[in-house]
This record gives sequence, structure tokens and C-alpha cells, in this order.
Amino acid sequence: MTEQQPKISLRDVHKRFGQKVVLNGVDLDVGVGESVVIIGGSGTGKSVTLKCILGLLTPEQGSVEVDGQPVIGMSARDREETNKKFGMLFQGGALFDSLPVWENVAFGLLAEKRCTRHEAKDIAIQKLAQVGLPAEVGDLSPSELSGGMQKRVGLARAIATDPEIIFFDEPTTGLDPIMADVINELIKKCVRELGATALSITHDMASARKIAHRIAMLYDGKIIWQGTPDEIDNSGNPFVEQFIHGRAEGPITMAVRK
Amino acid sequence: MNFFQPIGRIFLGFLGAAGRLTLFAITAISHCFRPPIYPRIILRQMVEIGYFSLPVVGLTTLFTGMVLTLQTYTGFARFSAEGAVANVVVLGMTRELAPVLAGLMVAGRIGAAMAAEIGTMRVTEQIDALTTLSTNPFKYLVAPRLIAGLTMLPLLVLVGDVIGIFGGYLVSVYKLGFNPSLYLKSTYNFLEFMDVFSGLVKAAVFGVLITLMGCYHGYHSRGGAQGVGAATTNAVVSASILILCFDYILTELFFAT
Ligand SMILES: Nc1ncnc2c1ncn2[C@@H]1O[C@H](COP(=O)(O)OP(=O)(O)OP(=O)(O)O)[C@@H](O)[C@H]1O
Ligand SMILES: [Mg+2]
Repeated sequence: MTEQQPKISLRDVHKRFGQKVVLNGVDLDVGVGESVVIIGGSGTGKSVTLKCILGLLTPEQGSVEVDGQPVIGMSARDREETNKKFGMLFQGGALFDSLPVWENVAFGLLAEKRCTRHEAKDIAIQKLAQVGLPAEVGDLSPSELSGGMQKRVGLARAIATDPEIIFFDEPTTGLDPIMADVINELIKKCVRELGATALSITHDMASARKIAHRIAMLYDGKIIWQGTPDEIDNSGNPFVEQFIHGRAEGPITMAVRK
Repeated sequence: MNFFQPIGRIFLGFLGAAGRLTLFAITAISHCFRPPIYPRIILRQMVEIGYFSLPVVGLTTLFTGMVLTLQTYTGFARFSAEGAVANVVVLGMTRELAPVLAGLMVAGRIGAAMAAEIGTMRVTEQIDALTTLSTNPFKYLVAPRLIAGLTMLPLLVLVGDVIGIFGGYLVSVYKLGFNPSLYLKSTYNFLEFMDVFSGLVKAAVFGVLITLMGCYHGYHSRGGAQGVGAATTNAVVSASILILCFDYILTELFFAT
């Protein structure tokens, strides 16, 4: 990984909203074909980090490179080209509620004109099957689905174009344990068989251990620790210890009034 | 010194908003001409704006034509100029009332719906999702709506012209006792191409204004349901004001020379 150019590289990324500093110097590399999981408390800026890489938010400071190419401030056309490499599962699903489920899944394929509508529907139904949804779901509207089903449709949409880089924002939240494991396997398969680079966010430590080659912890606007899933149990970092054991007492103090 | 500070701030804020809107408009219009275009979506928007607005526009112009005839008659009867009623009605409808009233009704119907739909897409990250699926939201969301507004409003107004004049005819003939063929003849004889044409140009401009305002306020909405609600209100109010503003400007351009 050291000799190879990283797929995604963030250097000293800063992002704030008004007075509120969210990212305060994030450094992170994701190698080609690597699966990195970001963990961290709620509201620490994990989703914001992904959006900065996708260009949905612009950092005030720092650099973001994809395949060695700086992406901040690139022209709209180059940005569009770069975005073809990405697939993203949004935390809230972000399904298009004006389109039926199968068109949601096939959206990227149709947008890139890779195939006819008929072929796209077949691929969509195949991808739906991979996330455990029957073909009939394809003709429903997203608003007719349960939360967990919407999440899985979002996942199917993210992987439908077989992108080089896939971002999963909390892929297993809101799913039952069995389905969560199916999704974990699917993410592993995308990385192993399609050679995709994955950057995921999760609160679910079991899922993180399963899908990650490397886990990075975001706290206070910085990556404070990173290592393999085996190392995380003996990280020697009090923040990480507290997080993975889910203890209320520790160096991370939640702003909760006692 | 301090007295001028708030004035300056308001003025700068206004300039900022006007600049953002202009930039949005230029970007949106330039995307109307660059591929890919989405015929399916343009068609759907045309049906939404054109076909489904027909009842509203028809009823509005029908009653406007009727009341215009009645008012003109009672006014003109005071100096025995009843013969000019047909002329006033046809001019008033085609030049002014059909485009403006249809524009205002469609602004309420379509501008609000657009702002709400696009605003919801913004706050639920659907617009972000479009971007990640290599689809430009301007091309996919804004351009089809602009094109549909530009083309459908003139058609609506043309229908509105006919219905409005028909409303006037009904009142003239069945209530005021005009001779039907004479009324139609004076309507027809007095009408010039420019009267109808200027009304249709106005309608096209209003169509762009309505859809632009709906898209702009929706696109920049933030903060959940409340933000979408505010965007909806702003879209309708700003579209209505701009319609009245541009109505004057266009009238001046067409007829004040
Ligand atoms: N568009 C925005 N405008 C203003 N503040 C924002 C915006 N997006 C995010 N924030 C702020 O940035 C912080 C980080 O948000 P983010 O969504 O990245 O959290 P997260 O780490 O993904 O949390 P969670 O695990 O709950 O999803 C939050 O405190 C939020 O208030
Ligand atoms: Mg998040």
C-alpha cells in the first residue's frame, strides 16, 4: 500500500459551518481495493467527511485527492467525470420518491447510458436480489417501503454501476442482525470480487470488524487513531477503548446534562 | 454614521440575492441547450404545467371575460359608447388579463409545487444523490421545468384568450342583448396580430419566471419542513411580484413606442 498511490487521500481537511468547526485537520488515506471504516460519535463529522470527498461540500482548507488528482476546485465537467467512479449510500437513503424502486436502482446506469431501459431493469432486479429484496419491490414507490428496505434499496443503487469507489454511510443501521450480516457479506464481496475501494461509516462495531481492513476513529475533527480490526482491542487509546466498549464514562464526554 | 449601516447591509444583501439569482438563471438556461436532455421529464412537466392547469386558467379567464364585459358596459353606457365593449374586451383579455391572471394562477399552482418538490429533494439529500449518480441537477430538475414553463404558458394563455372572449360574448349576448354576429364581427375586426402575440410573449416570460422562482427557492431551501414551507411561500410571492413587474416592462417595450 505504501508504494502504491492511494485511491483517496485527505490532507489537513478543515470544514466548518458558521462558527461550528466540524473537521479540524483530517488526514486519511484509502488504498486501492481497501476497505476502510470510519467510526466515531454521533455528530463528529463522519458524513461531512464523505461529502467533502464527493464535492457536495467544499472544505475551507486542506486537499482531497482521488487517484492522485486534486478534486477541490476542479471544473464542473471534471467533477462529473470523477463522480462516475463513486457510488454512495446516503445515511437517510435519499431515494428519489418520484421514481419506482427499480428506476432508483438503475438510475446511474441509465444516466450513463450504459444500457437500454429493459436491460437496466433486469440489472436492477438482480441488484435488489443481492440485498435480499424480491423483484416485486422493484415496481413499488420508495415511500411504500420500510426504513430498512429503503436502506437496502439505497445500497443496491450505490453498487448498481459497479463503481470503483463505494461509500457506505451506516449501511447496517436499522436492519435486523441477520440482514445486517447479509449486507456485511455483500460489502465484503464488492471489495473482494469487484476490487472496489470502500469507505464506510458505522456505529456497529461487529460490522466494522467484519468489513474493515482498517478502522479509523474520528474525534474532535481529527482522525485520532487508525489500525486493523485486530489491533483495535489493544489500541491503548482511551478514546477508542471507550468507544468500542460503549461506556458512558471516559475521556469522551457527551454533552448530556446529569 | 451608524444610521447608514443597516441601510447598507440591506442594500448589500439585496445585491447578493440578485446576483445569486442571476447566476442561477444563467446556469439554468445554459443547461437547457446542452445535452443530455431528458424528453421524458420535459413531457411530464408539460403535462403537469399545461394540461392540469387548464381548468384553473379556464375558469379564471371565463369569469374575468364576463366581469370585464359587464363593467365595461356599465361604464361605457354612461356616454353611449356601448359599441366599443367588444373591442375593449378583446384587447383587455389578449393583451393583459389572460396572460397576467393565468400567470398568477399558475404561479400559485405550479411555482408552489415545484418549490416544495425540489425543496424536499434538497433537504432529503436527493439532489446530492443525483450528483453522485453522474446527473447534473440543473439538467435533470431545472432545465425541463424551464422548458415546460416557456412552452406551456403561451398555449394556456391562448386557450384563456378564447375562453375569456367567449365569456364576454355570453354576457353581451344573453344578458346585455347585443346582436351575436355583430358582436363577433367587431371582436374580430378590431383584433390585431400584435395584441395576441404580445400576450403570448408575456406568457412565455411569465412561464420562465414562475418555474425559475420555483426551482431557485426549492434548490436553495434548507432546514427541513419549515425551510421547504418558507421556500414555497417565497417562490409564489416572488413569482407573482416579478410577473406584475415584467408585465409593465414588456407592455412598455411593445406598445410605448
Ligand atoms: N449542511 C449543514 N449545515 C450546518 N451544519 C451541518 C451541516 N451538515 C452537518 N452539519 C453539522 O456537522 C456536524 C457533523 O455532522 P455529520 O452529519 O457529519 O455527523 P455524523 O458524524 O455523520 O453523525 P451521525 O453518526 O449521527 O450520522 C453536526 O454537528 C452537524 O450539526
Ligand atoms: Mg452521519
